[in-house]
Amino acid sequence: MTSTPTVPADADPDRPERGDHPGDHPGHHPPSTGPRFDGHRGRWVGASVPRHEDPRLLTGRGRFVDDIALSGMLHAGFVRATVAHARLTGIDLTATREVEGVVAAYDAADLALGDIVAILDRPAEEFTPTAMPILAKDKVRFVGEPVALVVARDPYAVEDGIEAAQVSYDVLDAVTGEESALASDAPRVHDEAPDNVLLDVSMFDTPGVDEAFADAAVTVDVVTRSGRQNALPLETRGVVAAWDARDDQLHVATTTQVPHQVRTVLARCLDVPERTVRVTVPDMGGGFGQKCVVGREEIAAAAAAKRLDRPVKWIEDRREALTAGFLAREQRYRTRAAFDADGQITALDVDIVCDMGAYSCYPFTAGIEPLMASAEMPSVYRVPAYRVRGRALTSNKAPTAPYRGVSRPQYVVAIERVMERAARELGLDPVEVRRRNVITQFPYTGVNGVTYDPGTYRESLDLAEATMRDEGWYEERDRAAAQGRHLGIGYCCFSERTGYGSEAFAKRRMTVVPGFDISEIRMDTSGAVVVTSGTMNHGQSHETTFAQIVADRLGIDVGLVKLRQGDTERISYGWGTFASRSVTIGGSAVALASERLGELLCRIAAHLLETRPENVALDGDGGVVQLDDPTRRLSFTDIADVAHLRAHLLPKDVDPTLTATASFDVPGDGTFSNATHAVVVEADPGTGQVRILRYACVEDCGVVVHPQVVDGQCRGGIAQGIAGALFEEVTYDSHGEPSAASFIDYLVPTASEIPDVSIAHLETPCAFTANGAKGAGEGGTIGAPAAVLNAVNDALRDTGVELDSTPIHPWTVLAALEGTP
Amino acid sequence: MKPAAFTYHRAHGVPDAVGLLTDLTAAGEDPKLIAGGQSLMPMMTFRLARPSALVDLGPLRRVPSMTAISESGGTLSLGALVTHHAVETAALSPGFAVLARAMRWVGHLPIRSRGTVAGSLVHGDATAEWCLLALLLDAEVVAEGPAGRRTIPAGELFHGFYATAVDPDEVVVEVRFTRPAPHAALTEFARRHGDFAIVDAAVALDLDEDGRTSGGRVVLGGVAPAPVRVPEAEEVLAAGAPADDALAAAVADAAAGAIDPPDTDDGAGVSAAYRRRLTRTLVADACRQASGAAR
Amino acid sequence: MTDPHLLSLTVNGAEHEVVVEPRRTLADVLRHDLRLTGTHVGCEHGVCGACTVLLDDAPVRACLVFAVQAEGSEVRTVESLAGPDGGLSDLQQAFTDHHALQCGFCTPGFLLLAEGVLAEQPDASREEVREALSANLCRCTGYQTIVDAVCATARARQEAR
Repeated sequence: MTSTPTVPADADPDRPERGDHPGDHPGHHPPSTGPRFDGHRGRWVGASVPRHEDPRLLTGRGRFVDDIALSGMLHAGFVRATVAHARLTGIDLTATREVEGVVAAYDAADLALGDIVAILDRPAEEFTPTAMPILAKDKVRFVGEPVALVVARDPYAVEDGIEAAQVSYDVLDAVTGEESALASDAPRVHDEAPDNVLLDVSMFDTPGVDEAFADAAVTVDVVTRSGRQNALPLETRGVVAAWDARDDQLHVATTTQVPHQVRTVLARCLDVPERTVRVTVPDMGGGFGQKCVVGREEIAAAAAAKRLDRPVKWIEDRREALTAGFLAREQRYRTRAAFDADGQITALDVDIVCDMGAYSCYPFTAGIEPLMASAEMPSVYRVPAYRVRGRALTSNKAPTAPYRGVSRPQYVVAIERVMERAARELGLDPVEVRRRNVITQFPYTGVNGVTYDPGTYRESLDLAEATMRDEGWYEERDRAAAQGRHLGIGYCCFSERTGYGSEAFAKRRMTVVPGFDISEIRMDTSGAVVVTSGTMNHGQSHETTFAQIVADRLGIDVGLVKLRQGDTERISYGWGTFASRSVTIGGSAVALASERLGELLCRIAAHLLETRPENVALDGDGGVVQLDDPTRRLSFTDIADVAHLRAHLLPKDVDPTLTATASFDVPGDGTFSNATHAVVVEADPGTGQVRILRYACVEDCGVVVHPQVVDGQCRGGIAQGIAGALFEEVTYDSHGEPSAASFIDYLVPTASEIPDVSIAHLETPCAFTANGAKGAGEGGTIGAPAAVLNAVNDALRDTGVELDSTPIHPWTVLAALEGTP
Repeated sequence: MKPAAFTYHRAHGVPDAVGLLTDLTAAGEDPKLIAGGQSLMPMMTFRLARPSALVDLGPLRRVPSMTAISESGGTLSLGALVTHHAVETAALSPGFAVLARAMRWVGHLPIRSRGTVAGSLVHGDATAEWCLLALLLDAEVVAEGPAGRRTIPAGELFHGFYATAVDPDEVVVEVRFTRPAPHAALTEFARRHGDFAIVDAAVALDLDEDGRTSGGRVVLGGVAPAPVRVPEAEEVLAAGAPADDALAAAVADAAAGAIDPPDTDDGAGVSAAYRRRLTRTLVADACRQASGAAR
Repeated sequence: MTDPHLLSLTVNGAEHEVVVEPRRTLADVLRHDLRLTGTHVGCEHGVCGACTVLLDDAPVRACLVFAVQAEGSEVRTVESLAGPDGGLSDLQQAFTDHHALQCGFCTPGFLLLAEGVLAEQPDASREEVREALSANLCRCTGYQTIVDAVCATARARQEAR
């Protein structure tokens, strides 16, 4: 390679002064006399304070579920289906029970548990509910489906017991994809769904679609596909369940993003009152959506613990995680688009098919992917007419769960491929075509009825393009071409609805409608606070970022704030963490609870200072000050001392406690983060391997609470998006056998494959979250597949080949370069 | 994912190891040797391998000859417990420096720290770098069994599909490389760094003083059930030509034309045509690297 | 037929004797017999590297070693890295400074891998560090900040010489 353009070490000149660039001043603490809280940002919010989680995680003192050891604990594992589709004709666990170390073995009849059923409030012609039994009852529907539970003294004996089980099958033909699912003589995965369709909704058919196509200067018609992926938290799923005879309660420590939903389903399946189930969540090694649905294994293990009156642990092994864990992403879009001669899109007509696998997940149902895509498909563009049909198919593959991005990586690929193809047809630059269509006036209400709050769609696109131009990548691309090399530049411009509130989720017509979050805050006698949240950290740094929000609202040191999550006994109710909702909704709830506590502190202080409540305020430094005489001040320690230990001094109408509770729900259609990604790739003409030379992200997630954490979310998300674009896929053969049962076959990219990523921040504070923040958890994953795919197509621009599917295989690229399709 | 049960036996000398294998077999057991265990353990974890007894050669690391790396008279001798990493960091003469350079392709540092050269050869994976290098540099495997020691030339070692000529009751004690090749290189292609190669290629050029070839070796992995030499490509080298890009292309074409690689053998969609295409690329790269290797 | 073996090994400077089944992995013995749960298990087939420990100073996958093979060996795990007062080591501090961990599950493996790499190649370039760190999987960070942290530690240690 000759001259490569210089990439500045910190290629984000527009980044606002805020916090530190990582590494410049390690362990930076903001000055104690910083600016007072301004409604969004203060002494802590906006600074990269040291993470509260780090000391324990760096020294081996974290506690993940497999680190829990209880006296008398047994271990569980599952006999799993070895065929994709069959009637169960016999389960013989006699030999299993005789294996040394095996304590018990159960099949579905032994445990007699209720099924997991997820329902949408939609008519029968739109949605077909199906049940997911905890253990397979009369049929198995995918390779890896749990058929029986083995409990033994250690995990080695569990495996011996599993091996000894005899299961006989009457094998049926397998449904392994769209074609086989929709064939007229297709086998039925569920008898309730004779056509193997669980959801079929035509959400929009606005006037003018056909006319627009009739009048179009240019039409494009593109079929895009995405492979089946695994969200792949590095910590697999797991549970430790124990019956607590003293409390008459089943305590279930489990890896879940949604503890309260697990409690509800556990109670239903075991047919016990919710009070008798306590769900806690220890440190969690990632989730990315895979852990935001209720798994059958955690319920089976809990049932065994109750029955045996012994603690039972189940830790999913990697083979189970890859073949029988919740998978994601396999979708096909046919997108037709009409453009006028100016390059303005005039109509969109989309057919979406999502292969949801064998079962509907709780609480979201199999409808989540097609409904998400149908609602959001117009993306960041002004689309005047829109028709869409979305279908969820069932097949004999492992079931799916929402995975970071949830359909958005796919519909964004579809619409961004449309933009690229239209540009080619129109003879325009693809960035220019986007520019002519992108939403610039806010609030904007789209053809999909969704109102978009202000963002920087156009600005992010301009800055991303300017970055590529300023760094000389266009010239480099031309130089490379002259040398016979294949460089390509690709973009992806998108927005992402983050923090769906109840109102937005209700439009999906779920019978279980997530949205709000509740927070309770307590101050102890020393002036330190414990705050709860119904969200559930699994790597996003909630303990730090929520503490920043609280510390600014109360004006105390961030080290005085302790976050509690993941315990159904401590948290009144919560919807957990998914859909980039934590800092927007959970963060707003803790902010409001903190404000209420601040008001209470002021009220008590005014009474003690013998002045009017309006004459005091929080002083931003751990106390309340009298406004007309700043020499008169009470510290929170003084106030807390009175509130708890000398309550007779309190005002008569104030309870002797320093607690406050608040809830928050996002109004209306929610808030949209946005970003543009720009990528430079080179395709190797000898192997077809695609190498990423440069990756730039320009993003806007509103107020940035913790710059390092937001950058980390972007980079981590982008890495997962690149994984989907170039590497990861679980395929199934015609018998429904999955291809990837180990990390030899499921290609999680390493440090050698994932490039460094520069991140530039634009900032449009959200008007209705309590802290101005929008979500930041999923954007990276959403933008990367389309950006990489577009860049690869640009590298292949002289071949006449268009690649529209992910993952992009090196042999496909090589065939394109050599003209040997 | 836990191995099936087995009995465990530590060998305290090579004869002890041979004796344990013989006795265990006679007792109806299905014993297997373990050294670094980096290939065996994953297979046992998936229960794809389930020996009823393991004989651990680990204690033999204290026997100096078992971890020795020595060169004399144009032969490099590696004790059977020499690790990949020991070779990677060894000061080898130019004739064997290709071995050290090739080690970066063997898994990752934690695998190379523990995995052994002999273990890799006996495992006999068709894409294992050591299997290609054995063919490239005329290795001989010295194995000791109940009937004494014998020497197995690399050309007779690999039977394909993980089968080798080393008998179940034999213990490899030494691997000798007898053909120094100062102009040699190994290269490979995997989708992810450190993975098993889809195809790997090793080339050794015999060069005269004018930089013309007078012979050489072309070895491929991933194109057949066992690693293979490609006589058609070696003939191009033997015919003699300047070691330039044109020769690299000619050797690569000959290699790609001579092989009959498997189609979609791993279900990942890797076609025979793609393996052939990779072969052309990798052999040409290896030729170019080899010609530049010791200049 | 799987007679337990008495195993002696030194972990983080402390000598231990454990009775183990031969098939028990070193990772399981460290975690469940010695209760050193800082070492994590992510795949049990030697690819993810979450269980990386130093075995006689070399980084190895603890899931690819039967505990009985470690007889008489010295093992170092993440629990040994912090100072006697509990203060973070320079490498651990660099990880937190650079936000090189999110969920923290892969972190102990990366720390021990990095210690092994830095002992071998104290002057490793960024590209060499990147290639060496490709031994382990991280699902959260995208690796960039891990590479940053290890490079910063290498630089600081070189300067301190």
